[in-house]
Formats: sequence, structure tokens, C-alpha cells
Amino acid sequence: MDTLAQIELEPWAEYLVCFLLVVGGLFGIVGSFGLIKLTDTLQRLHAPTKATTLGVGGVLLASISYFWLAEHVITFHELLITLFLFLTAPITANFIAKTYMARNMPPSDVPQTEGDYGWSIYDDPPPPPRHSSHGATPSRD
Amino acid sequence: MIKRLFPHPLLSLMLVFVWAGLVNKVTPGNLLLGAILGVLVPLISSPFWPNRAKLRRPGMAMIYVLIVLWDIVVANVQVALIILFKRREDIHSKWVCVPLDVTSPEPITVLAGTITMTPGTVSAVLSADASCILVHCLHTDDPDGVRDDIKQRYERRLKEIF
Repeated sequence: MDTLAQIELEPWAEYLVCFLLVVGGLFGIVGSFGLIKLTDTLQRLHAPTKATTLGVGGVLLASISYFWLAEHVITFHELLITLFLFLTAPITANFIAKTYMARNMPPSDVPQTEGDYGWSIYDDPPPPPRHSSHGATPSRD
Repeated sequence: MIKRLFPHPLLSLMLVFVWAGLVNKVTPGNLLLGAILGVLVPLISSPFWPNRAKLRRPGMAMIYVLIVLWDIVVANVQVALIILFKRREDIHSKWVCVPLDVTSPEPITVLAGTITMTPGTVSAVLSADASCILVHCLHTDDPDGVRDDIKQRYERRLKEIF
């Protein structure tokens, strides 16, 4: 506690950090509120994948600027958190969407593909091209 | 020889940076440990990555990252506004099928991630032959516009990068 209390920030720096924290908090709340308000699972996916990114981002920016302005150190942890978040959030969303569709949605509920094969949760991928042929890259999910 | 030792040079470089970031202090010892990890991890995991991903134009990749970061901010605000100010029955969710021109797994992965993080859309599933991607749109009255937007803004750039 003592070390924290000793550090004095310039007023403008304090406003900046507060602003970033408040923005982050607001987006966090909106993202969570979206979970209540939106009606089906696929709609609900949108709230945490987007609104929350800026929520976390705001807090991380506040942390970066606080440590930079108060202690004059640049920390990389926040950047790494951002990186990991950007790697994991889309993959989680994709898994949830796929699981939901596979369990609860018949293929007739989604539009047709524009190719010869259906969506990968309902259809098998094409056989790997053995002899040189047309054939697109086999799907890798 | 060099190819055998560094099956994924970009991954090696990345690991050194991530390691330096994790310990949060750049000293020769840390960099050495990071370099050892950067050599060992790609060597051990190389059977899982048979093809080496190539970045043809790293400069374009940087621009792409900046564009996506900006779009994430915009998308955040848009989705927040939809959540806060639209009534439940006014939210028109739609499926959009985006045909893909890119064929290799890396750009498709990046594109799917970008679609999820940005403009009010979540990428749901690929077709079995990876020729189109199914996108769920939180609110749109113009599905074709969304599709063209994704193709123009993101896929065109990814095609140049990879």
C-alpha cells in the first residue's frame, strides 16, 4: 500500500488513466448486458467477442499508461495479454458456434454453400487429391 | 541444414519476443533462454506443421494489423450501440456465406479470426472443401454488402500478404 500511495501522478495523467479505466469498464458492462438482452446463442456470441475486447483493452491501456507515467517503465505484459486475447477469443467463439450448430440446428436452417460440398459440421471433406487433380485444399478443422 | 534447424523462422522469432515480454526484462541471459526456446519448440512441434507459412509482404501485414485494430474499436462501439439501443425484435441477425479466394490454411485462419473480431460478425463454420465460410451477422439489412466488405477490406489484403 505504501509504495502505491507515494506515487503522485500529474492531474492530466490521472484523468487519462481514469478515462481509460472507465471506458474499459463501460464496455465490459455492455458486453455482459448483451448476454442477458440478446435472445439466442449465436446472437449472444457477438457480445463477448466484441464489446469485451475493448473492455479488456481499455484496462490494459490504463495499466500501460499508469506504469509508464508513474514509474517510467514500459511493460510488455499487457501487450502479451492483448496478443493472447486476440488469438483465443475468435477460436472460442468459433468452437461455441460450431457446437451449437451441430447440436441444435438442422442443415436446413443455414444457407447453402456456394461450392460442391456442404458445411464441414454436416458434410465430410472431399477425399485428399491422390492423383494430380483439381480439388481444393482439404479442410483442416 | 538451416531449414532443418529452423523449420519455422517466424515462429522462432515470435517465441523470443514472447519470452522477453513474459519475463519483462531484456538481459542477455533472458534472450539466450528465449533463443533456446525459439529453436527447441519449433523443432519439437514441426511434425504438426508440415508446411512453412510464408509472409510475402511483412509491411502489408503491419498495415493489416493496424487496420484490424482500428476496425475492432469501431466494431466494439457499433455492437455496444446495437446492444444498448435496439429493441430485441429490431435486431435482424442474418447468415452470410462468403466465398473464399484464398486456399491455404493460414490466411483462412487469419480471415476467420478477423471476421470474428470485427464488424458485427462471427465466423461460424467452413464448408467441407474450405471454399466458403459461413458468417453470422448480428444486425444487417444488407447481407451482400457485408460479404463484399469482408472480401474487399480483408481478403484482398490477405491475398497480397500470404
